[in-house]
Amino acid sequence: MKYSVFAAGILSATAIMADTPELTVYTYDSFVSDWGPGPQVEQAFEEICACDLKLVGVEDGAALLARIRLEGAHTDADIMLGIDTNLMSAARETGLFAPHNVTTEFDLPVAWEDPVFLPYDWGYFAFVHNAGEDAPANFRALAASDKTILIEDPRSSTPGLGLLMWVKAAYGDEAPAIWEGLSDNIVTVTKGWSEAYGLFLEGEADMVLSYTTSPAYHLIAESDASKAAAAFDEGHYMQVELAAKLAATDQPELAGQFLEFIVSDAFQSIIPTTNWMYPVRVPKAGLPAGFNGLIQPEKSLLLPADEAAALKNKALDEWLTALSR
Amino acid sequence: MLKLENCLIDNDGFHLSADFSINSGRRVAVIGPSGGGKTTLLEAIAGFLPLLEGRMSWQDKDITNAPPDRRPIAMLFQEDNLFPHLNAWQNIALGLDPNLRLTKPQHETIANALNRVGLTEYQARKPAALSGGQRARVALARALVRDRALLLLDEPFAALGPALRAEMLDLVKALCDETGATVLLVSHDPSDASRIAQDVIFVDAGRAYPPAETGQIFAHPPAALRAYLGADK
Amino acid sequence: MVNRAQPVKSGSGIIAAALVAALIFATLAAVFMRAEHGTGFTRADYSVLRFTLVQATLSAVISVALAVPVARALARRRFFGRGILITVMGAPFILPVIVAVLGLLAVFGRAGWLNQITGFIGLPPVQIYGLHGVVLAHVFFNLPLATRLILQAWQEIPAERFRLAAQLGFGPRAMFRQIEYPLLRRVVPGALAVIFALCLSSFAVALTLGGGPRATTIELAIYQAFRFDFDLARAALLSLTQLGLTILAALMVLQSAGATAFDSGPGRAVRRWDGKNLTAKLFDMACIALAAVFLMLPLAAVILAGLRTLPDVAGLMLWPVLISLSIALISTAILLLLALPMAVATALGRGAGLLETAGLLGLAASPLVIGTGLFILIRPIANPTALALPVTALVNAVMALPFALRILIPRAREVIRRHGRLALSLGMAGGPFIRRILLPRMRPQIGFAAGLSAALSMGDLGVIALFADPDFATLPLQIYRLMGAYRMADAAGAALMLLFLSLTIFWLFDRGGRWHAEA
Repeated sequence: MKYSVFAAGILSATAIMADTPELTVYTYDSFVSDWGPGPQVEQAFEEICACDLKLVGVEDGAALLARIRLEGAHTDADIMLGIDTNLMSAARETGLFAPHNVTTEFDLPVAWEDPVFLPYDWGYFAFVHNAGEDAPANFRALAASDKTILIEDPRSSTPGLGLLMWVKAAYGDEAPAIWEGLSDNIVTVTKGWSEAYGLFLEGEADMVLSYTTSPAYHLIAESDASKAAAAFDEGHYMQVELAAKLAATDQPELAGQFLEFIVSDAFQSIIPTTNWMYPVRVPKAGLPAGFNGLIQPEKSLLLPADEAAALKNKALDEWLTALSR
Repeated sequence: MLKLENCLIDNDGFHLSADFSINSGRRVAVIGPSGGGKTTLLEAIAGFLPLLEGRMSWQDKDITNAPPDRRPIAMLFQEDNLFPHLNAWQNIALGLDPNLRLTKPQHETIANALNRVGLTEYQARKPAALSGGQRARVALARALVRDRALLLLDEPFAALGPALRAEMLDLVKALCDETGATVLLVSHDPSDASRIAQDVIFVDAGRAYPPAETGQIFAHPPAALRAYLGADK
Repeated sequence: MVNRAQPVKSGSGIIAAALVAALIFATLAAVFMRAEHGTGFTRADYSVLRFTLVQATLSAVISVALAVPVARALARRRFFGRGILITVMGAPFILPVIVAVLGLLAVFGRAGWLNQITGFIGLPPVQIYGLHGVVLAHVFFNLPLATRLILQAWQEIPAERFRLAAQLGFGPRAMFRQIEYPLLRRVVPGALAVIFALCLSSFAVALTLGGGPRATTIELAIYQAFRFDFDLARAALLSLTQLGLTILAALMVLQSAGATAFDSGPGRAVRRWDGKNLTAKLFDMACIALAAVFLMLPLAAVILAGLRTLPDVAGLMLWPVLISLSIALISTAILLLLALPMAVATALGRGAGLLETAGLLGLAASPLVIGTGLFILIRPIANPTALALPVTALVNAVMALPFALRILIPRAREVIRRHGRLALSLGMAGGPFIRRILLPRMRPQIGFAAGLSAALSMGDLGVIALFADPDFATLPLQIYRLMGAYRMADAAGAALMLLFLSLTIFWLFDRGGRWHAEA
């Protein structure tokens, strides 16, 4: 019974599990929840590692990195799992992470060759709407339409920041004009993805910023084909979620083994129907059926990590200026 | 003997001066106009209000800075003499032990006191279920079990009817005769004073005059008292 | 200076207040010290400051202004279901923010019931997003609290006053000037201060209903500094600003609060003779009905949304429910240990304003900064995750403190004033007075404060998100996790469960306090 871990925490975990090495993975909260990949990942890894995998959930990607920075070189974490490319540059600058030494072929729409940050899943940002309604084909059309949208705040939410980068990557210096055009379509801006998606399901807006994979959830988990993602012809910005090994880990080998594990079939086959993202390596059994009908963007957008970091503050200012009018 | 020597009492900025002594066993009425300082005087003797100047003693023992419960005093207030959430018996028992952990003899003391004020069958009632007279009797019973040398009464019977009030005063008088307690009684009514008091302290405009013999003072009242009593007295 | 003798001392209350202040400022300092670089205020911060102040002020003033007639109506009318109505009306206050917002939007949102009606009768749709939406939501959260605080004070007006008023033939005007106004002067400033402090650190509600980045509050700027820029110094500076504003506001309004206590006669059930005419009756009925509709419709939406999935999720939530209950109970115990001595010390009047302000700090401080600060402070000594339960309980208690103080202080003042001398003359100073007189006489207020605190703790996400490990999830955290996993319907079921549990625990405490309590 995993709840015994709670009791063990009080009794001091080391005394009980002295002979079993422990690998601590810091990740975001939805990863560790009962409905996320966490429980299955823990079970699958513990079957092969003769170790205790301890998952610690920290709110979301940004809070996760902030936690690691707070703890610094003395962090308890061996692995950080769950930041995306928008945070990668800041993460690298901390100098807290070590190379992963994993060589593998990724099934990613873009080439990936980073020695430190290892992708474990990815997805496309997209506006999700009710199937059967016609959807705009790009941001300009959206701005010109009377479609209402819900978005997340880039200051407090990873998808919100992703949208900021999406517009910047697609439109560059024209981004402020796009935002101005969108401002009357935006019903409201929420703290995080859950709020926005919840409001959307309540019928507060025609579309919500989410992922191209969102309709797959409704289809697979609820047999509900009523949601669709709008395909934008300027391309869709990607979210690539990353894991990295802490340089100060006291379990370097186990950490290395875990990083190998996350690109293995066992981990990758858990991802689609728990994290509702694409695996970075398509499992042998293929993707679940619900993923086949999803829109396939013609163009994949992703700013290099350093460029994204450099653009972040300017893009945020533009966004704030356009929407604060 | 209760002695107040050059006392200046502070009640949130209102000052009252007092310099007198009262012999043990006397029953003294404190009279005077409203706002003159009657309650202030009693509260200072009881230890609720600080002295700015002077000293206070009982039987030559200094009590100037003694806390209220370390003084030889039991006091009845104008109102709120009882705790509404405790019954009559408990209210009386508090006089013996604030923690209500009573010995067998103490139980008897309470039973006697209840009997003495005629409330034996009402002991389980809470104040809300007692009449005004009965509440006054409970308070008196508690003062009785306290067995203190000084009994201070701050118009506790003001709300009662004349007959009931007279009855209560007689009860006080009888009880104090038995115990030999010294009584200070605040009253508006000179007839109360005449009924029970041997001496009268007149309090007016921030000053407490030394006690004077009751018959005498009403026969030849000083100017201030004359004004208080009215022309026809 | 020499003072009137008192049956209790203010020492432990001052210590409790100092502990609270130390906790808040130590966490703030910890965050400051950990900072690597820092940006001071920027020009944009001033508009953030302005918006924060405007929305918090409006929310506080409107909540209290509306609560006055509602509380009066509830105080002078007796009707079937009044007690239940008063309890259930408190529900918005204890719901997790996101659940309450969804309920609110089900009624007032673009696709809400209100707009379905206006659409049906051909009126233009009501637009909820904007400053008025923020205020509407904050009033929804705080009207019940303001109503209860004023109602409580209203019921403490001695019956004699109303008899006197009836005898003197007071009209509504005289009634207001002679009886109600002095009372309001006593309770309104405190209620304003608490709600102001609460709204000052609002973030998710303000942003969502404010309709965009125009509705940026200081708390969101703190969030941004912490996560977007990892600028801890700035986060701490902004949190300090929040604290400063609260202290300023608290000192301002609490200063104006008259400390006039009412003379009180024997405690009979308050019966009033005013408001017998038809206009007054209709007005009161309208106040109660409107408040009930305003507060209950969103709750009805929450209940409707949750009914379908409640049976499915109930089984999954057993463990989170137990954890939430333990946190709520521990938190309530801590709260009472802090609040009772503080209430007593405040009632004694020495440094009352400072004590009450210290009590407000917990509400005004950014939860993110407190949580982070505690994390930094605890980590060198112990594993913060292992301390998740006590830490969450402590923070919840500190956040509930201002409410508890508002509830406890007037009564403590009254008990000490009425029974202090007698207790002193009986030698009951200290322990016996507290055990035999103060606590029994304050039982209804203690029950109310404990119920409120427990319910608040149940519903609050608090700092658990910063400390939790996967096996240690509270019910609110599980609700957020369900939402984060697309399971909005299941989340609604769990939210209904939380609503039910919180109201039950509140009701039990509140009832327990009033059970066989003489007036």
